[in-house]
Amino acid sequence: MSAEAVPSRLATRIHPRRRFINTLMLALCWAAAALALLPLVLVLFHVASSGFRAVNLEFFTHLPRPVGEPGGGMQQAILGSLLIVGIASAIGLPVGILGGVYLAEYQNHRVGHWVRFAADVLSGIPSIVLGVVAYSLLVVPMRRFSALAGGVALALIMIPILLRTTEEMIRLVPGSLREASLALGVPRWRTALSAVLPVARAGIVTGALLACARVAGETAPLLFTALNNQYLNLQPDQPTASMPVQIFTYAIAPYEDWQRMAWAGALVLVTLIGLLSILARVATRDRLAGKSH
Amino acid sequence: MRLRRRTLPDRPDRPDQGPANQDADPGTLMAALDTPTGQAAPRRRSPSHGLGDALFMRVTQAFALSVLAVVLLAFLTTGFNAWPALVKFGPGFLTGTTWDPVADKFGAWPFVWGTLYSSLLALLLAVPVGVGTAVFLAELSPRWLSGPISFLVELLAAVPSVVYGLWGVLVMVPWLREHVQVPLSGSPLGQAPLFAGAPYGVSIMAAGVILAIMILPIITAVSRDVLRAVPADQRQASLALGSTRWEAIWQAVLPFGRVGLIGGVVLALGRALGETMAVTMVIGNRPEASVSLLNPGYSLASVLANEFAEATGALHRAALQEITLVLFFITFLVNGLARWMVWRVMVQTGGRR
Amino acid sequence: MTHSAPPQLSPFARPALLLSACAALMLTAGCPSGNDAGPTGNPTAANPRGGGDSAGVLTLTAAGATFPYPLYSKWFDAYHQANAGVRINYQSIGSGGGIQQLKNKTVDFGASDAPLSDEEAREMPGPVVHLPTVGGAVVLAYNLPNGPADMKLSPEAVAGIFLGTVKKWDDPLVAQANGGAALPSIPVAVAHRSDGSGTSYIFTNYLAAVSPEWKRKVGAGKSVDWPVGLGGKGNEGVTGLVKQTPGSIGYVELAYALQNGLKYAWVKNKAGEFVQPTVESTTAAIEGAAEALAKDVRAPAVNAAGAKAYPIAGLTYILAYQEQANAENGRAFVNLMDWAIHDGQKLAPGLHYAPLPEAVAKLNEQALAKIHAGGQPLLASPAADAPGAPNAPAASNAP
Repeated sequence: MSAEAVPSRLATRIHPRRRFINTLMLALCWAAAALALLPLVLVLFHVASSGFRAVNLEFFTHLPRPVGEPGGGMQQAILGSLLIVGIASAIGLPVGILGGVYLAEYQNHRVGHWVRFAADVLSGIPSIVLGVVAYSLLVVPMRRFSALAGGVALALIMIPILLRTTEEMIRLVPGSLREASLALGVPRWRTALSAVLPVARAGIVTGALLACARVAGETAPLLFTALNNQYLNLQPDQPTASMPVQIFTYAIAPYEDWQRMAWAGALVLVTLIGLLSILARVATRDRLAGKSH
Repeated sequence: MRLRRRTLPDRPDRPDQGPANQDADPGTLMAALDTPTGQAAPRRRSPSHGLGDALFMRVTQAFALSVLAVVLLAFLTTGFNAWPALVKFGPGFLTGTTWDPVADKFGAWPFVWGTLYSSLLALLLAVPVGVGTAVFLAELSPRWLSGPISFLVELLAAVPSVVYGLWGVLVMVPWLREHVQVPLSGSPLGQAPLFAGAPYGVSIMAAGVILAIMILPIITAVSRDVLRAVPADQRQASLALGSTRWEAIWQAVLPFGRVGLIGGVVLALGRALGETMAVTMVIGNRPEASVSLLNPGYSLASVLANEFAEATGALHRAALQEITLVLFFITFLVNGLARWMVWRVMVQTGGRR
Repeated sequence: MTHSAPPQLSPFARPALLLSACAALMLTAGCPSGNDAGPTGNPTAANPRGGGDSAGVLTLTAAGATFPYPLYSKWFDAYHQANAGVRINYQSIGSGGGIQQLKNKTVDFGASDAPLSDEEAREMPGPVVHLPTVGGAVVLAYNLPNGPADMKLSPEAVAGIFLGTVKKWDDPLVAQANGGAALPSIPVAVAHRSDGSGTSYIFTNYLAAVSPEWKRKVGAGKSVDWPVGLGGKGNEGVTGLVKQTPGSIGYVELAYALQNGLKYAWVKNKAGEFVQPTVESTTAAIEGAAEALAKDVRAPAVNAAGAKAYPIAGLTYILAYQEQANAENGRAFVNLMDWAIHDGQKLAPGLHYAPLPEAVAKLNEQALAKIHAGGQPLLASPAADAPGAPNAPAASNAP
């Protein structure tokens, strides 16, 4: 392509074929971006339109009616989800955050490498496998399905996310802050808790909210741990309904009424998760460009 | 308050060029504290400090170790429960084609095939779109547009799997059947093995499409990060030599980020292999390996979702636990590979992590 | 490379977080249960599975067959309306699931259309009682937009469809029974169960009885190696598949086909008559098998004798341990069953299930009387019209 004489202007003449390919491929990239957004638009549109029609006050305040009878709601699933995610947070937050503190504070310990490795493995395990494990370890010995077993399965999903986020956030705290605290004679543990952690707190809160948002939508681990329940249950050792499982049950059923409620449930679930995610992002002024994971 | 004197090493504060810890960038004081000389040197340290520090370390270490313990426990429990099937079927489990609970004969090949086939289809659909979107976001889009579009693509990742399944089974599958499969079956292409069979709607094709939608955000996000990490000199040098914008991207930027892009793809594959709910709802649940995209299939995760709570025979249950183990391993290998590749890229381009 | 500071909480974040926490609390505490009586309290040590408190709301957990689920869900709701102190949480996960969870003792009782085989009964930790509750018909629901509304299928046609030898709807085997009706030449999409199913058990027993090839190639059971077809989860899943897939045919319980507006086929019975599945023909089928049932309630009722009998019918069972671990739960359970086999039967025809014949009801009473906890029989008062002695042996119910 250097056979052309260089004109006085900066731009060289480009062979039409190259120009064509250039335009074509760049247009395809624009098209790819549009195509990438298409499923999102479609899914959200359907969830919003079908769900909106089905959502009413009864949906939030009533329990399901017997099979084939119209009406009823998903109150037990909404509150059950809150219970199960609450249990998952109660287990997962301490383990994840304190574990992350350890990884960030004691980076030279060899154990840390293994822990990070285990967290990576855990984050890659499909959630249904975690459900099977929770079934074998909790449901069978306890001889019951329970919200606790469901919470444990979800906690296993939350923990790697929290470990990574916490570690990252603590590492971002300037070393000078730590050094200043230590130089003043504050013991190491106090430094970590009172000087470093408060600075990293916002990021950790974000991570926790995002982890909660993530597990709120998980279905597979709850299938054989928390099972389901037509009645409202707030005790951790009983089978408990949850939104994703209820949506799944209704979605594969033939009853029109159930399918309507499945859309409504999907709308509520997506809204809840969306709100949590937005809250997480909005709650911190993120000064780091491109560091959103 | 007593001022504790520490020996400060006299190298400047350049954390990413520290000798021992590539990934650690604590203050120099921290490094001093952890090195053997640091530990040997505490002078006037009061007992409460020592106890508090030790307790803090032990407690947080215990929590961290519990993660390791849980993973080991999960693996061992599954292996233990799968033992009867492991012993009975041996390596033939992975290639056996019969899944017959009545005859107590179990072979996982149809599920392995279905998992791999649907994931492959998903990659074929998602990689061009994902990398194209990443190129758009990293190179082509105006500044004000790339933020919102990135956000929207990440929103795709936030939608729960069951909602995708709901949309899939009630909206996408009927559409796919009416507008893609029925015409395909009727056309001459319908004779080819790839498109043979009756157009049911629920099929490997449907599973592949749903998976493609679900892994798209991962490919886009990782590819965008990789492309952004490519040094600007590469593109500028190519442009300076007279290439068009596309040629610069294709010949200079993309090859530079090749390893990272592949790593992103492998990461997405790992996600697709383990995806349960959306696939279960649209794949047709037929334990038979077939080449045709229109035929129903079955995946490893789906058979667990469908049969696990209900398997009554001891061997049936052990076989399902063995499938869990297979899933464990496959995702472990694939994710490990992916992380290694992405890590290599980050190290190469000097990115953090 | 210098560090940047970690993100900071923006000024309105704290109130926002506080507000959402309040909202969550309000939602949890302030929302009364819709149509449920009273909150549940702390579980007492005496109730390993059921939650109970001083207000006396006891929850029984049960799981199993999808076949009778439309009726059971009505039953348990009606029973709870009448007895506010007892709730039954029944999860329809399939007969296989019911048996498995009963074996694991994670449920108070299980439900299955497939009785325990001798081997399965041996594997159970204790003797299990089979309590038939109702009879139901397994119908062949189909989705053929331009097809006849009352398709007639011979046993050979049914076997051929499910074996995969009948590939299109206008196959001679199907067409010949349907006289002049024009059948479209589209492929047959078979739908079967992907989970362990009592409905499959009944259906495959029927196929094994009418087709030696089926018996040889596939056999009968809750989960078989289906030669062709798509898998759906539960009766609900198969109904959904048939409803959505033109050209499909699947086997579901009658109530599901009716509640979802699906057409279903007339099947030729043993006597050579084409019979439509109804409450009457199902009852006739159960009566036709009454003799065998009197000896063992686990006997299959498929392909029953009788001109009016529908050939693909069966009983569905509730399974429970003879020795109940918890007296309170056990008492609630036997009272529930006592209601079900007497008063509950009145609700059955409305949902197209066949009520139990007299002889079977009597066997149930005898079996119920044998259920005990800690050596004490739990059935406080035998039903007014049952003269059965509490300790009369009922060999058919002892595995």
